Amino acid sequence: MKIIKTFVTGLVSAMLILSPVAYADKWGDQFPHIKATGDIPGDCSYEEMSKKNYKGKTLKINTHAVPVIGQPTALHAEQFAKLTGAKVDVTHTPAGDLYAKAMVPFKAGQAPYDIVFGFSNFINDWRQYLAPVPKKYMNSTEMKDVTKSHVGVSSWDGTMYQYPVDGDRHYLKYRKDVIDNPEYQKKYKADTGKELKVPTTWKEYGEMAKYFNGWDWDGDGEKEYGSAEVMKKDDLMFAAFFSRSVAYAKNPRTPGGFFFDLETMKPNINNPGFVEALGDWVEATKYVPPGGINFGLGDEIGSFGGGQTLFSFSWDDAFIAAMQDDSPIKNKVGTAPLPGADKVWNRVSGKWENQYNQAPYIVWGWAVGVAKKSKVQEMAFDYLCFFSNGANHQADLAIGNFGVNPFKNSDFDPQLYIKTMGWDADIANSYTKTLKDMEKSKNRVFPLRVRGVFEFTSAVATGTSKALAGQLSPQEALDEVAKEWEAIVNRVGKKNVQEDYAVGVKMEDNKL
Amino acid sequence: MNFKQKYVFLFPGLFVLIGILIFPIIFVIRLSLSGWNSYNGLNFIGLENYIRLFTDDPRFWESFFRLSFLSVTTVILQYVIGFALAHMVWKDIKFQRFFRVLFLIPMMTTPVIMTVIWRTFFHESLGPVNDILSNFGMSPKWLTDPVLAKFTVIIVEVWQWTPFMFLLLLAGLLSLPKEPFLAAAIDGASPVRKFLYVTFPLMAPISIGAIIIRLIEASKIMDTVYVLTSGGPGTSTETSSFYIFIKGLREFQMGYAASMSFTYLIIMIVSLTVIAKVLTKLMLKD
Repeated sequence: MKIIKTFVTGLVSAMLILSPVAYADKWGDQFPHIKATGDIPGDCSYEEMSKKNYKGKTLKINTHAVPVIGQPTALHAEQFAKLTGAKVDVTHTPAGDLYAKAMVPFKAGQAPYDIVFGFSNFINDWRQYLAPVPKKYMNSTEMKDVTKSHVGVSSWDGTMYQYPVDGDRHYLKYRKDVIDNPEYQKKYKADTGKELKVPTTWKEYGEMAKYFNGWDWDGDGEKEYGSAEVMKKDDLMFAAFFSRSVAYAKNPRTPGGFFFDLETMKPNINNPGFVEALGDWVEATKYVPPGGINFGLGDEIGSFGGGQTLFSFSWDDAFIAAMQDDSPIKNKVGTAPLPGADKVWNRVSGKWENQYNQAPYIVWGWAVGVAKKSKVQEMAFDYLCFFSNGANHQADLAIGNFGVNPFKNSDFDPQLYIKTMGWDADIANSYTKTLKDMEKSKNRVFPLRVRGVFEFTSAVATGTSKALAGQLSPQEALDEVAKEWEAIVNRVGKKNVQEDYAVGVKMEDNKL
Repeated sequence: MNFKQKYVFLFPGLFVLIGILIFPIIFVIRLSLSGWNSYNGLNFIGLENYIRLFTDDPRFWESFFRLSFLSVTTVILQYVIGFALAHMVWKDIKFQRFFRVLFLIPMMTTPVIMTVIWRTFFHESLGPVNDILSNFGMSPKWLTDPVLAKFTVIIVEVWQWTPFMFLLLLAGLLSLPKEPFLAAAIDGASPVRKFLYVTFPLMAPISIGAIIIRLIEASKIMDTVYVLTSGGPGTSTETSSFYIFIKGLREFQMGYAASMSFTYLIIMIVSLTVIAKVLTKLMLKD
């Protein structure tokens, strides 16, 4: 009897212990994408989605071109269709046309797509046409894991209109095998009299990039260069410029607006802080690879991820590409916060403050919303919740060109990268620390999210690209941008822009 | 057939004309008088967009003059090369048919795809062109030098559209009467004199047509610029159509973009009419 009791107890215990594994395997076998983790329990897990029945219903999605975000959209659409019986039509659109492709039918009172992908800074123009995320999803296990910053980025004054699927921020990526190399450290010291270390200011960044520009420092028989940056006009270059500007122009002691003075709505874009940053950027054209001033995001990812440059900064993708299994520089790269500056502009006193300043830039990322006029809203939200469920999200994070980056608190656990992606422990630790510290910072800059945002960012792209091409000096270029910004503010209406901008300033001033 | 019946037969054509030509133009005019953008609807703002365009937008005019330079240069080159190639295969040469097909291939390819390939060729650090030139100590900045980038656009445009010119001119050459050439041969005219005094004048009408058609097409340069340089570096390769695209579909200033489009249309109609008249006078003076 005792033997039977022991056997039964043992069997039940074994079943209880092994049940999550069996549960995980069931879905991991059917869907190879999540093989590493299996299903992860949650309100939108594979298990939960398989209980839904959307047979006979069609979900229409407009997303970005393959691969960045377009590939995971299509992949999760296929999985969702298999699990629920729904028909999912996915349309792929180039980045530059995502806004108009949704906005034109929105303006005409139509909703050809149930789900529209775009960037989080579309929120102000799109929100009137999007359905707010229902409470049910706001209270889901998946949503509770989203960081405060990214809940803020996806929301407008407390109401969430964009479903979080991606979390973007700019940070520094560097070649660890060079910066930490004792021989290069000695050589650099001997040649320049300075320490070779992870740069903490943009000036140091420039000096090191210049030193390591145009010679074969990794012994692969090819020349390497200093830095890969997004400098191509109209290809997200404005975001790269803001990343370089925050150090000089985001002063924690002068709340009330980074892009504009919230009270007067006078643009700050041509103040000495921004001009200094643009001067650095013009200098950077000397240490980018040949053709570097025509690099878009894809080129930057390919260049740094392929081992061509010492530094890079912008979204996660270049770093993840460098850390993929097929990368020649896997585990040879490191991350750090964006460089700072030894001085910061005080726009109130109109003087430089000679003290160290660093500010994280929480750049907009991929965002997605459900059309208010969609007739299948519940299915649409289920799809989005499924898209970013634990298992899908962890698997997506590991693929550099998927464009899905950390935005959940659980993403900051280094073990995730060590165990499932094979990263070295110190790289995983520094990566998660870099991201975590940005979340904690009280000097963050959030993207500009005002009415007609594209007019503002397009003006920045045009002005800064003229400076990079040598057509105008940094001051002249930014004066031109400021003039254009003033004209846009007048067209949109000062009060309207002020009202919109106040929401962003609240976030920057840590009041939301 | 009475008078009314004639109109019944005219109606389908008229209906299509109104639907696909007249209505869009009227809509563009209406749109140009509105402030339609991401934050405003189709409101009426009078001539505000036109005032802004003529008094406060030097970028539009810069892009227009840049476009004029690019289109005139590309069309002249296309005409010269196209004429030379057509003249070559007009004669009885070996593999004549093969060459005729070969010269048409660029025109049959998709412009955007070919421009992506050209961009890869001219990529300054990864492209094969600079890879080869670096052996001779040269590495031109094909896409990032403000002057050279314009010539890169011209190279791609000339490559893509010379076959069209070739096709029109070859058709013209094949339709020429033989008698003037026989008379020139009897008179003992050299090949150069034959070309200058017989072929070229006889080809003038078709040359004018071909040049005008290509000028109309070249003045819409958009896909090449979009893929190759995005109008950069700076604004050095930005053309009118690319600038209108940025304002309309990137910044969603639809009303303003419509006013630019309409102004551009008027300028093109006027300037192409003048060019056609001048060309006719110059080439058909005898």
